This record gives sequence, structure tokens and C-alpha cells, in this order.
Amino acid sequence: MNDVLTFIISRSNYIIYILLMMLGMYGIFAKKNYMKKIIGMNILQTAIILFFISISAKRGATIPILEIHNDHGTHATAQAINYINPLPHVLMLTAIVVAVATLGVALAMAIKIYTDFKTIEEDKILSELEKNAKNENG
Amino acid sequence: MRITGLILILLLGGLLIYGALDFPIWGDPQSPASNHLSPYYIEHTMTDTSVPNVVTSVLADYRGYDTMFETVVIFTAGIVSFFLLRIFKKAVPESRLYRHIPTGVTLRIEKGGKVPDESNHFERIDSVWIPYDLVIRTTCRMIIPFIQIFALYVIAHGHHSPGGGFQGGVIFGASVVLFAIGFNLRQAIKQLGEKFVTFMCALGVSIYAGTGIFCVLMKSKYLDYSALAALFGTDPVTARSHGILIVEIGVGIAVMAAMIMLYYNLASAGKHDEGL
Repeated sequence: MNDVLTFIISRSNYIIYILLMMLGMYGIFAKKNYMKKIIGMNILQTAIILFFISISAKRGATIPILEIHNDHGTHATAQAINYINPLPHVLMLTAIVVAVATLGVALAMAIKIYTDFKTIEEDKILSELEKNAKNENG
Repeated sequence: MRITGLILILLLGGLLIYGALDFPIWGDPQSPASNHLSPYYIEHTMTDTSVPNVVTSVLADYRGYDTMFETVVIFTAGIVSFFLLRIFKKAVPESRLYRHIPTGVTLRIEKGGKVPDESNHFERIDSVWIPYDLVIRTTCRMIIPFIQIFALYVIAHGHHSPGGGFQGGVIFGASVVLFAIGFNLRQAIKQLGEKFVTFMCALGVSIYAGTGIFCVLMKSKYLDYSALAALFGTDPVTARSHGILIVEIGVGIAVMAAMIMLYYNLASAGKHDEGL
């Protein structure tokens, strides 16, 4: 019991990202509505972003913008231990950009599907496609 | 499908939690992620690029290629929304609503009817028309210049404070989207035309790629901004910080234009006629 509590407290960031990721993936798998699938995809991406940002944290460190001058007005050399890891921030900045791009394209495709089928429910679209295929064969 | 999905997701979650048991605890300064590459960036950014914001220097200099193709991704998203949705065919409109401004009477012009000219007397209105709202329009008019100034500040001050091209570009694009929502889409397109926005998107990517090519012409490596030292008349280290500013401006322009393109196409389903 104690071990479980220690795990939950010391690694709560991983638990949150795993829960969000499960939520997002369930949305992509199980929902029939394309809009809900897109929302699930965004939650999944947010989970990954949270994971990366959380591993960049260091206890007692500050944001990765160097203080150029120390109290005496001279150049101070930066100590890596005083600043959080900048690399995940950079990677996630670009990941957010990819998320925006995929969201835009996904919404455009959803609109296109809606103009063609007048619905964005997957099962209705599939049944309509089957009907069309039967009409062409028969 | 629903049950299978749930079981799969639970399995995956269990596996991930099992994996997380071995992960370093949250905020551990000795975690492997923080001990290999990132100390180099933090300790050398001042001597290499003279940019105190490590995120900016890594984004635009150490990982310059990554960011360049990221800009291309944004550009591609804008172009894709254009190709998927844009409808050019000038079909006769189903029915359009016009408002006679002096009297406030709304006219419905049926399909094939004679459409009045846009003038001081007639104003085209959306089918879901909300009456002129003084509060919304005044607030938009007052707040949009400040949003745009802040966006420029975020781009220009990205070297010394949180910010940069992506963030500033998105804020600038948001101000135009706010204009399009607060007034209407046609007026926004009249201000910032589709051709202009597409051109700006391509221009932003070209600024980034062109800076790299310019460095090659100055007999250095692609995106090695220290080659620009002769152009700026500074030492190579300061030239790197100036080079970062140039590519950040390019990124900002591309992102702003792509946001506006996406909004124009998504909000009107490609007709550029009636927005949200």
C-alpha cells in the first residue's frame, strides 16, 4: 500500500499523461462520430505534450532563460542545474505546430465528408457506401 | 468494437504504468533526459549565439532544420485546406439576404433574382444574422491593435523572454480571426485577401529557406548564421542572434498566414462567403 502511494505521489505526472492518453485513444477507437475522433486525437497529442514537458522539470530550477548578469554586473556562466531542460520545450513547440496542422487538415476533411454525405457518423457513411456498391454491381 | 477498444486501451495503460515504475521521479535533476544533451545547450548558448532564451537558440539555431521543415508543415496544412475545400465555381446563390440600411428592412433575394449592388443603401448580411452589436464591434476595434502590437513584441523579444515566431504568429493570426468573427468574413477577406495571405505564407517559408541559402552564398554552411557577420557588421556570435531574429520573423509570417488561411477555408467550407 505504501509503495503504491509513493509511486502515485512521486510519479503523478506519468499517471496523468497515461490517463489522458488512454482517454484520447479510446475516443479514436470507439467513437463513431468523426468530430469526436478528432477531439480524441487532440487529447492524445496533449497527453504527449504534457509528458514531454513534465520530464523537462528539475527541482529547484527555473525557466530556461539565462540571467545574463549576476549581482556584480559581470558575466556569469550558466549552470545547467539551475535551469530546466530546454530540449523538450523545443520539441513540444514543434509538436504543437504539428497538432495545429493535423487539426486543420482533419477538420477540412470532416467538412468535405459532410458536404458529400450530409453526415459525419461513420456507420451511416459505411452503410451508404455499401448501398452505392450494390447499386453499381446489380 | 467498443469492448475490444476498451480492453486494448486498458492493456496499454497497464503496460505504460508498469513502464513508468522505472522512470525517474518527477523533477529529478539527475534524470537521464536532463544529463546528456541539454547541459551543453544551457552552458554554451551565450558563447555560441548570445541568445539568453535557450529555447529560442535551440529552436532556430541548433535545431534549425527541424524548425524550417516545421514551417513547411504549417504551410502544407494551409495549402491542403485550400485544395480540399475551396470552391471557385460561381454558382447562382440559393438565396441571399440584403438589408436596406436606412430603413432596416431585410430583403430575401431568391435564386436567380437581381442582386442589388453593395452600396450605402444595401448591405449583404449572413443567413444567421446577428443585429449590429455596438459592444462586440467596439471591443474588437479597441482590442485588435493591442493584440497585434503584443504579437509583434512576442516575435521581436523572443530572444530575451518567452516567445518567438510560432507564438507571435499565432497571436497575430488570432487577431484577424477575431476581426472575422466580430465583423464578418467578407469584410476580413476584403482587408486581407486570399491571394495576399497565401503569398505571405509562402513568403515566410522563403525567408527561412532563403536565409539558409544566403549563408551558403556567403561561403558557409546552410543555416550557419555566423556567415552573416559581414552583412550586419558584427562579430559572428552576435550575427547568429540576428540570424535567429530573421528566421523567427519568417516563421511568424508563415504561421500567421496559415492560421488565417485555415480559418477562411474552414469557417466558410471553402466558399469564402458566409463565415461563423
